[in-house]
Amino acid sequence: MARVVVDVMLKPEILDPQGQAVQRALPRLGFEGVSDVRQGKRFELEVDGPVDDAALARIHELAESFLANTVIEDFTVKVEEVAEVGK
Amino acid sequence: MTARIGVVTFPGSLDDRDTQRAIKLAGAEPVALWHKDKDLKQVDAVVLPGGFSYGDYLRTGAISRFSPVMETVIEQAKSGMPVLGICNGFQILTEAHLLPGGMLGNDHLHFICRDQKLRVENADTAWTVDYESGQEIHVPLKNMDGRYVADERTLDMLEAEGRVAFRYVDFNPNGSLRDIAGITNEAGNVVGLMPHPEHAVEPLIGSGRTDGLPFFTSILKKLVNA
Repeated sequence: MARVVVDVMLKPEILDPQGQAVQRALPRLGFEGVSDVRQGKRFELEVDGPVDDAALARIHELAESFLANTVIEDFTVKVEEVAEVGK
Repeated sequence: MTARIGVVTFPGSLDDRDTQRAIKLAGAEPVALWHKDKDLKQVDAVVLPGGFSYGDYLRTGAISRFSPVMETVIEQAKSGMPVLGICNGFQILTEAHLLPGGMLGNDHLHFICRDQKLRVENADTAWTVDYESGQEIHVPLKNMDGRYVADERTLDMLEAEGRVAFRYVDFNPNGSLRDIAGITNEAGNVVGLMPHPEHAVEPLIGSGRTDGLPFFTSILKKLVNA
């Protein structure tokens, strides 16, 4: 079993009021020097069987059609701990 | 002989009954449709009502868009069946890519509920022929995720093709780009808007006006004359 992580973020040109609210709260909490915050979503998929190219292609399709709305969001797909698995 | 207009109930729909009532008041026959049912019961048009279908999980409308009923609605909308999406229904239509752009949380991060002034920008769609272009109406608005967004090119295209169907007047309640309250597809059979015309069909309730009723008389006129 392997874990595939899909990160979804609003496209950079789209206003993110939630991220802005978080950013504005930071100085009150004593965190200085953070000029921007954008909030996104992270999906962790536990995949049965090997995460080969075919499996990744299917997950990519799932991300593109369902987990993200590509009209307003960008996404990335990555296999967790891929470095150790690959070497 | 009157028109049969379907109203879909999803888990979490709130305004399906009000919509059925509005359809009846306009003189058409409301037909209840169920999200798990692919069968549209031979209706002439469909309304996707407001609410919080599937709890708004993932994104508003994102899960509803893949429900069995939507398979048929999407297919038929593409071949010309009139579809109106109100509030959550509008969100579902953008998720289904029957309308361009997307819906996001209000820019002020609060739920908003108010009587909203709108301008009808396009009185040629299947759902707006009983309005006049430029007419200002008051309709209740209530939402958390009412911010319409699209890229500049899409916005310019919508403006150029007269596909901004409704615009907020005097006050933009959610940060929607270019004050867009509702849009139509190219053919004019699919219309979506955030405000709730079905809540403004009787003088007794709401703002005391019936400014929303022409949505339902428009479609009736369109279908009966067709």
